[in-house]
Amino acid sequence: MSAKSPLVEMKHMSIAFGGIHAVDDVSVELYPGEVVGLLGHNGAGKSTLIKMLSGAYAADSGEIYINGERAVINNPREARSYNIETIYQTLALADNLDAASNLFLGRELVTSIGTVDDDAMEAETRKIMARLNPNFRKFSEPVSALSGGQRQSVAIARAVYFNARILIMDEPTAALGPHETQMVSELIKQLKAEGIGIFLISHDVHDVMDLCDRASVMKNGKLVGTVDIDDVSDDELLSMIILGKRPGEAVPES
Amino acid sequence: MAGSAKSFLGKLGVDSRLLGMIGALVVLWVLFDLITGGRFLTPRNLFNLSVQTASVAVMATGMVFVIVTRHIDLSVGSLLGFIGMSVAALQVHVLPEIVGLGHWSIWVVAALAAVLMGAVIGAFQGWIIGYLTVPAFIVTLGGFLVYRGAMWWVTHGQTVAPLDSSFRLMGGGADGTLGETLSWGFGVFASLVALFLIVASRRRKTKHGFSVKPVWAEGILMALAVGLVIGFVWVMNSYKIAKGALPRIAEARGVEMVDGLVLNHGVAIPVIILLVVTVVMTVISTRTRFGRYIYATGGNPEAAELSGINTRLLTVKIFALMGALTGISAVIASARLGAVDVGLGTLDELRVIAAAVIGGTALSGGFGTIYGAVIGALIMQSLQSGMASVGVDAPLQSIVVGIVLVFAVWVDIVYRRKTGA
Repeated sequence: MSAKSPLVEMKHMSIAFGGIHAVDDVSVELYPGEVVGLLGHNGAGKSTLIKMLSGAYAADSGEIYINGERAVINNPREARSYNIETIYQTLALADNLDAASNLFLGRELVTSIGTVDDDAMEAETRKIMARLNPNFRKFSEPVSALSGGQRQSVAIARAVYFNARILIMDEPTAALGPHETQMVSELIKQLKAEGIGIFLISHDVHDVMDLCDRASVMKNGKLVGTVDIDDVSDDELLSMIILGKRPGEAVPES
Repeated sequence: MAGSAKSFLGKLGVDSRLLGMIGALVVLWVLFDLITGGRFLTPRNLFNLSVQTASVAVMATGMVFVIVTRHIDLSVGSLLGFIGMSVAALQVHVLPEIVGLGHWSIWVVAALAAVLMGAVIGAFQGWIIGYLTVPAFIVTLGGFLVYRGAMWWVTHGQTVAPLDSSFRLMGGGADGTLGETLSWGFGVFASLVALFLIVASRRRKTKHGFSVKPVWAEGILMALAVGLVIGFVWVMNSYKIAKGALPRIAEARGVEMVDGLVLNHGVAIPVIILLVVTVVMTVISTRTRFGRYIYATGGNPEAAELSGINTRLLTVKIFALMGALTGISAVIASARLGAVDVGLGTLDELRVIAAAVIGGTALSGGFGTIYGAVIGALIMQSLQSGMASVGVDAPLQSIVVGIVLVFAVWVDIVYRRKTGA
């Protein structure tokens, strides 16, 4: 890993909401073809940290480097221009629109006279869905009519379709059944093999042990530490989350 | 039986909500025609109905976008009055001094000024809503009071009349129609466009290998579209010009005035304006990114923002468009009356909102169609005209319209729950 330069470096990131330090001086990095887990309780600051990378929040302080170059990300459009794609925990789907409209939202395919080309978008959606979720059939219905797993696959398709190099997955399996969870795991392995860097936010230690190369644990907005998955056990990771201390460290006073 | 009817309609691909609205309209029309002993479904009454619907329907198409994005605009009636009064003063007191009384350019300048004024005021309201995040209800409630007051200041409450004679054509009436020949030409043109669109859509779908409707279903749709257009033109072309106006109209149309001459009205110009607005707004809502972003923002504002849509700027554009359409309606409404007094546009905001809502626009956001709003406006106007011709007192008319509005929205809620949309 150390031979390659990092795909993403987030250095000393901080953001506060009304005096609460949601993220306080956190640094993480991500290499190509690597899956880094972000672990912590609800409210630990994982999602907030990652929303500064996806452009949903503008950081109060800190620097982001993409491929070693300083990147300025103030909104989701700028994040997308760095090939950063995000699968949000809420999925961020417009429930009243169909799968194709959601997949291409903000990046519609247009005809030569500049009108949206719904038929071309549906054709592309059918192609990518055939790969991700072959059972998907409801192309012309609003996504509110879809099951949790189908909705999830629309959100995943959106992130994968546009050639992401950096993929952020916020609790991608939280709403899924066992079969669909398996599907997501396979996908993560496949994307990793293609050299895509993935941040995987989760509070499920087993997911992280299975899929990730490294894990960064957060508590109360601060980074507890980053560990290689091969060097730790489930219990050690769990105690980092609960106690907020690295393996072998004394419990910090607070 | 019910099952086979359902699958028949399913194959036609006609929205059941659209059918419901058309059904309600037909029931209303037949009912009023029976009660009045055949005085409702006459060319004369249908012509007047089409003209009376135009102003509110034009604004209702814009209100669809406003309501779809979970906003509201309470200011359109007052804004219509303010624009109408300003443009009336412009063409009666200002422009004749510059270009001379009755100059051909007066109506053009006045109409453009109306649209521009609406767009600028609308954009300003949209900016306060989008960027200063003051709720639309409050901003447009403020506008409701401000524009009604501003309207008074334009002429210190004086009625402005008469409006420019060319400008008045945009309000309909015996003069303000296409005439018989042009109306037929328009009917044929509109039919051809409808046929072309149906064929083109089928070709596109086949090219991508999607399933298409059976040929007979497309055939029925084509026949319906052409039948509706030609039928409408035929009815408008059956409304005779009154004897008193005959010499004037004959001269305007370049026909020799002889004894026994019969001239008919044809399609009114405000109705043509409404149809053009409807087509343009439908294209915007279904075929442009702007339209797609409106519905996405209405469905899930947070998702729209995370997809890189600038929802604040979108709000400014939507209200600017609403304002521009109010400008068009101000032209139609003032031209129809031929004069502007301080009451112009009073209560129009409620008629417009009611039309959009009866037409299936959900106040919870995300759903609503342009054609629905236009049909909604037609239903509202039919109800009002019908009750007037039956002889229902004005206060009772208000009561009925109010009850119908609430009832229609309740039916819509039940329909949505049943279909899961």
